[in-house]
Amino acid sequence: MLSIGAVAAVIGVALALVIDWFPTRASGSAGEIDTLYDVLLIVSVPIFVLVMTVAIYSVVKFRARPGDTGDGAPIHGNTRLEIVWVAIPFILVTSLAIYGWVVLNDIEAKEPNTLRVNVTGQQFTWTFSYPGEGKVRSARLVLPVDRPVEFHIDSKDVIHSFWVPQFRLKSDAVPGITTRIRVTPDRIGSYEVVCAELCGIGHPTMRVPVQVVSASAFKRWLGGRLKAAGGGAAAGGGAAAGKQVFTASGCGSCHTLADAGTSGNVGPKLDELAAMAARFGKQRKESAEEYVRESILDPRAFTVPGFPKNAMPTTFKGQLSDAQVDALVKYLLGVSGGEGK
Amino acid sequence: MTLAARLRAPGWYRAALSLVIGFGAAAGIVVAVRAMYGFEPTWDGNAVTTVSLIAMPLAFLLGIGCFDYWFYWAAGRPTRPEDHSGHGAYSWKDYFRVNTDHKVIGIQYIVTTFFFFIAGGLMAMLMRAELAQPGTQFVDSNTFNGLFSVHASIMIFLFIIPVFAGIANFVIPLMIGAPDMAFPRLNALSYWLLPLGGLMMLGSFFAEGGAFATGWTAYAPLSTETPLGQQFFTIGVQFAGASSIATALNFLVTIITMRAPGMTFWRMPLLVWANFTTSLLVVIATPFIAGSQFFVLLDRSLGTHFFSPGTGGDVIMYQHVFWFYSHPAVYIMMLPGFGIISEVVSTNARKPIFGYRMMAFSLVAIIILGFTVWAHHMFVSGMFSWLRVPMMITTMLIAVPTGIKIFSWLATLWRGVIHLRTPMLFALGFITMFTLGGISGIMLAVIPFDIHVSDTYFVVAHIHYVLFGGSVFTIFAGIYHWFPKMTGRMYDETLGKIHFWLSFVFFNTTFGPMHIVGIEGMPRRVADYAEQFATLNAIISASAFLFGLSFLIFLYNMIASWRHGPKAAANPWRAHSIEWQVSSPPPVFNFSEVPTVVGGPYEYGVPGAVHAVFKERRPAAVPTPAGGGAPPPAE
Repeated sequence: MLSIGAVAAVIGVALALVIDWFPTRASGSAGEIDTLYDVLLIVSVPIFVLVMTVAIYSVVKFRARPGDTGDGAPIHGNTRLEIVWVAIPFILVTSLAIYGWVVLNDIEAKEPNTLRVNVTGQQFTWTFSYPGEGKVRSARLVLPVDRPVEFHIDSKDVIHSFWVPQFRLKSDAVPGITTRIRVTPDRIGSYEVVCAELCGIGHPTMRVPVQVVSASAFKRWLGGRLKAAGGGAAAGGGAAAGKQVFTASGCGSCHTLADAGTSGNVGPKLDELAAMAARFGKQRKESAEEYVRESILDPRAFTVPGFPKNAMPTTFKGQLSDAQVDALVKYLLGVSGGEGK
Repeated sequence: MTLAARLRAPGWYRAALSLVIGFGAAAGIVVAVRAMYGFEPTWDGNAVTTVSLIAMPLAFLLGIGCFDYWFYWAAGRPTRPEDHSGHGAYSWKDYFRVNTDHKVIGIQYIVTTFFFFIAGGLMAMLMRAELAQPGTQFVDSNTFNGLFSVHASIMIFLFIIPVFAGIANFVIPLMIGAPDMAFPRLNALSYWLLPLGGLMMLGSFFAEGGAFATGWTAYAPLSTETPLGQQFFTIGVQFAGASSIATALNFLVTIITMRAPGMTFWRMPLLVWANFTTSLLVVIATPFIAGSQFFVLLDRSLGTHFFSPGTGGDVIMYQHVFWFYSHPAVYIMMLPGFGIISEVVSTNARKPIFGYRMMAFSLVAIIILGFTVWAHHMFVSGMFSWLRVPMMITTMLIAVPTGIKIFSWLATLWRGVIHLRTPMLFALGFITMFTLGGISGIMLAVIPFDIHVSDTYFVVAHIHYVLFGGSVFTIFAGIYHWFPKMTGRMYDETLGKIHFWLSFVFFNTTFGPMHIVGIEGMPRRVADYAEQFATLNAIISASAFLFGLSFLIFLYNMIASWRHGPKAAANPWRAHSIEWQVSSPPPVFNFSEVPTVVGGPYEYGVPGAVHAVFKERRPAAVPTPAGGGAPPPAE
């Protein structure tokens, strides 16, 4: 039995290690966490195989023959054996815990030259700002490669969870407190921030792009954002400004709008907004523009039939300036074929 | 009986009338109070619903007759302590009234909980249909969130926890040689509280805005802001929780005070030990979830700020209070199963349980350690970070007592005479699958790995290995094992075995791949997912449907065998514990004479060993000299 078990354990460990468990590694901590998982597999698989082997072997070897009404050997216990199976698991889990603690300290260690990024979760999108870099704000996360980043995470409404699977890091975004995590992206590429904590109806689509770029590309991007922020304010509300508000506020997580390239399906399709605004506006004795404005600022007043009530966040009222709302209303009516064009 | 008499006597007519009165009272109170305060509008649907959710179940309990005896007593009217009019079942109708017989209550529990198991299972099927491919096909995101929330709440609060209470209700008094539970009327009340909580949770689908959609965890502040359906959970949990606490108290008092002469703690079967420790957990832990949900209820209904940030509320506190119950709840859902497995393995391997005392001590160790690990659900929650490492260590230490149990069951198999009956197959399936669930539990306890996989499908896989491969397999083992005792009929062994193998295979093909999907980056609780997970999800869904179908075999077997199965002998498994020494099904008052316990419960293979004796059978059971080899009392 022992030799069968040993062979099975070796095969089991080999199989477990062959499986490609993880997504791409794109941070310094990812490698350490993946190794930790491999070690856990190497320890666990033999234990599972041991249990299986003893169970199967006993069933085959000690199975009652037909008509056998006898009893087994009246063994009540064996102190030595019991001490062994208390001691070995104790030592195993204690060592694994210490190893886990070491890795934890490693991946959370402070590093010099850290880039601070503020992350804000809200139903149902993420926004990012770079307080050390001229307070640039962005609807997607752009990070320079090989530079340590410290995320300061909070939330405007309910709990969300900031997760980039390729970085192997996660932290809840909790209203009222700021949580912090550190990571050093080390692989140029495009990934996604995934919300991992149930936050309501748009939770499945609360995903935004992450780009890890070279240091110089990051600098160029920051420069571009700084200029755009200045220019946008000066222009004061063209279609481009409306589109920018649409993207930055995360409307696309729930609403489909071809012009902005979004495909959310929680709320109504905004490609048909002008038609809807005309129809429901008439019902509610509002102009199309008033209707759209109300839908954004006071969404509980009216819900398009067939769509869930209470899904549209009510936070936009305090969050968007009058100019931004004007631009957004104009933009939405315009691209959906209404009078704004 | 005239209609007027029916409306006065306890039963369904009076219950229906009470429901109407309950609703009227609730609506009246709300309207009156709102009018006095000058609130507009005076009629508020949400407020009326909330108060009705509290008032109507209580009115129903009054109507069906749960409180009649106590009211007679309180009013000084004559009561008869030896009144057995509500005791025992002589026709199927007796299962549909307030009954004080622990055996009837046990069956009421089991049948009710299996009804909810089917409801919860159908929701799982619907979810897997939606998840079979990316995008939205069958249900929208709001409905989907409702489905998994109600699925989990039903499975936890209306199936696993109470079905164990049902099995224990039937078996424990018989096992310890007691005529009934210590408080039969409280026992009946505990049962009737339960379906009320369950129907409330199912009923939430009809609430405005849909069912509660915040998961069974109901994290604030999401749960304090969502539509009306949430109230159905917040209040429903109170009824299920009250039921659970009352039953646990009943078990504790029964086990402490009503053991037969000679039944010392160290002669109790391990199922009794398991329910003793579980009941301790329930009594200590369950008030915490009741508290957490009362806070949510107050935040929602009365505008308090326990969990609202910015007004002095603390969002993280909800999770601490919630998990201080809900982690021990995992053991509430597991320890009774450990007890069942000990009975089944020992009986079917025909050997004493290996290391009996260590098995009992490890139960105690698990409940103590179980209270020190709750924050391992919160490693990424933003709580104070120093708490993580101690919670990691205590969590991993639980592997030690759990390991003792697994290894002792394996050692019990060793050199036994193993009968591979259906309950034994489920016991073996449990031992192996629960080991896997335990291993992924250790992995999840290691903080850096947990940071990556928390709130992913890896967690979904883990919890189903623990609660399905673990708890539900033990429930199946227990149901098959005691089926002859409960119904007086034998189940169909072939169908039982087919049920086992199909469940075992499809369980693994359903939940196994979820480990990979989770590590790869798929979050849990999503109606829609990225394209890259499509293949594995299709496989999972296909397996899930077959897994669901396999349950129909069990259902058919149970119903057909209950009606037409061959009559069962008193002791078909030749087991030693006391419940097998009475007829199948047992007499209404269990024992014509109280048994005397003279030895351990699992003395298989010890010549002449007997667990308990009845006076009239004593000649056959006098301890014989070594080598005498008298068989255990059989029919």
